[in-house]
Amino acid sequence: MSDTNLAPPRFRSAIEEPRPARWVLIAIVVLGLGVLLFAPLIAVFAEALSKGWGAAVASLGNRDARAAIRLTLTIAAISVPLNAAFGIAAAWFITKFDFRGKAFLITLIDLPFSVSPVVAGLCIVLMFGANSVLGGWLVASGYPIVFALPGIVLATVFVTFPFVARELIPIMIEQGRAEEEAALTLGASGARTFLTVTLPNIRWALLYGVLLCNARAMGEFGAVAVVSGKIRGQTASIPITIEMLYNEYLSVAAFSLAALLAMLGLVTLLLKTVLELRHADQIAATYHR
Amino acid sequence: MHIEIDEISKAFGTTAALHPVSLSIPSGALVALLGPSGSGKTTLLRILGGLEFPSSGRVLFDGHDATGLSVQERRAGFVFQSYALFRHMTVFENIAYGLRARPRAVRPPKAEITRRVTKLLELIQLPDIGPRYPSQLSGGQRQRVALARALAIEPRMLLLDEPFGALDAKVRKELRSGLREIHDETGLTTIFVTHDQDEAMELADFVVVMSMGRIEQIGKPQDIRARPATEFVREFISG
Repeated sequence: MSDTNLAPPRFRSAIEEPRPARWVLIAIVVLGLGVLLFAPLIAVFAEALSKGWGAAVASLGNRDARAAIRLTLTIAAISVPLNAAFGIAAAWFITKFDFRGKAFLITLIDLPFSVSPVVAGLCIVLMFGANSVLGGWLVASGYPIVFALPGIVLATVFVTFPFVARELIPIMIEQGRAEEEAALTLGASGARTFLTVTLPNIRWALLYGVLLCNARAMGEFGAVAVVSGKIRGQTASIPITIEMLYNEYLSVAAFSLAALLAMLGLVTLLLKTVLELRHADQIAATYHR
Repeated sequence: MHIEIDEISKAFGTTAALHPVSLSIPSGALVALLGPSGSGKTTLLRILGGLEFPSSGRVLFDGHDATGLSVQERRAGFVFQSYALFRHMTVFENIAYGLRARPRAVRPPKAEITRRVTKLLELIQLPDIGPRYPSQLSGGQRQRVALARALAIEPRMLLLDEPFGALDAKVRKELRSGLREIHDETGLTTIFVTHDQDEAMELADFVVVMSMGRIEQIGKPQDIRARPATEFVREFISG
């Protein structure tokens, strides 16, 4: 018997599970994704197209649906840049300076995650509603907040506030202040340092935060439901309109709009993936030195 | 440039990082601030560079009060402990940063910037690494690029925070003589922080031994070796 006939011994990597365990784990993941993610998504599209393409497209073309789409895009277009700016400012403040109450500020940023959006909406109604002093004066001056675009934007900004800041804070803490300090000693102004050093270093985290923020801004239901007054064709965003259509048993219209909303989210994710693939080396250079 | 440190103190909250210290550094000297961690040497260096402001006392550059000068106005070439190279810029862009950041009126033209960066890359004996990114360099190369970047702004002084701290022994020896050469060539007043007494003794004209926010002894390396002024200095340089 010669040794050369033997197959080379197979060693298992230290972090590799035995085969049955691997299969079970994989099965759990696939099942979970299938039941919780893919099946509902397919169901939405199937329901939307149950009366054919024509009916789905026609339901998106009517006046109220178009108004809802326009409103949702407007909400996102206003609140996402606002929150990007807020998020950068907050993360910058927290990570580049030492001050008293820092931990409290971080908790405050997370507040929108722990407070129910409905409660947030109610707070805005209490603050700016026609029955409050401030709200009464604003309505009298011709600038109503509640049951109008400003209130909806306010509610959305509140709910989506943490996304950008939460993405930025860990990476900015990890990167420290040394590069900024280096730029300052080289004669750069604060603004130039921010634009040429800080911003390029955080751009991928920022992009990710903005995309998440955008997805949530377009999909927000609870807070907007309270402050908008659900006026069809005026203050009803896509999620609100979907709920109203569904309650009226207009399921093709409801699911068509739902499919559109899901598509907007999917496009966002796709965009992120494409950017990540295209700039993989840069991202690696930014995160691992 | 002559640097005068006049009764500088620094407190962070209630803890004193520096008790009032005074120090006079003659123009063109190569000085080591030597001490264990927490001795206040880095704080003193950062105060000179304008990255930290003293709680009391004055800094004088060539006899003029520089205490209130901003970090940009100090024109100090600062080399950071972990080099702090701009990771999203090439080596060339890193070195050119200070020149490009100048106000339009005093910014050199593009060709002049290229010429100067090329010259600096030759000075640090890495003429071909301009297009590379910091993540593609070895530790020793990064340190030299950081030095070139600091020199590019034609600084009035050179401040280095543990410049050889993160390097292995062999590279450390090479770069030591490299720093000495660059210092002798430029004639810049140079101050570096270190906790390595061999490094301080071998490289510096003057060594300032610090402990607990106080200066223990100032002197030429051989004098400190021969006549340590305090018990702390005796122990620190023998250990």
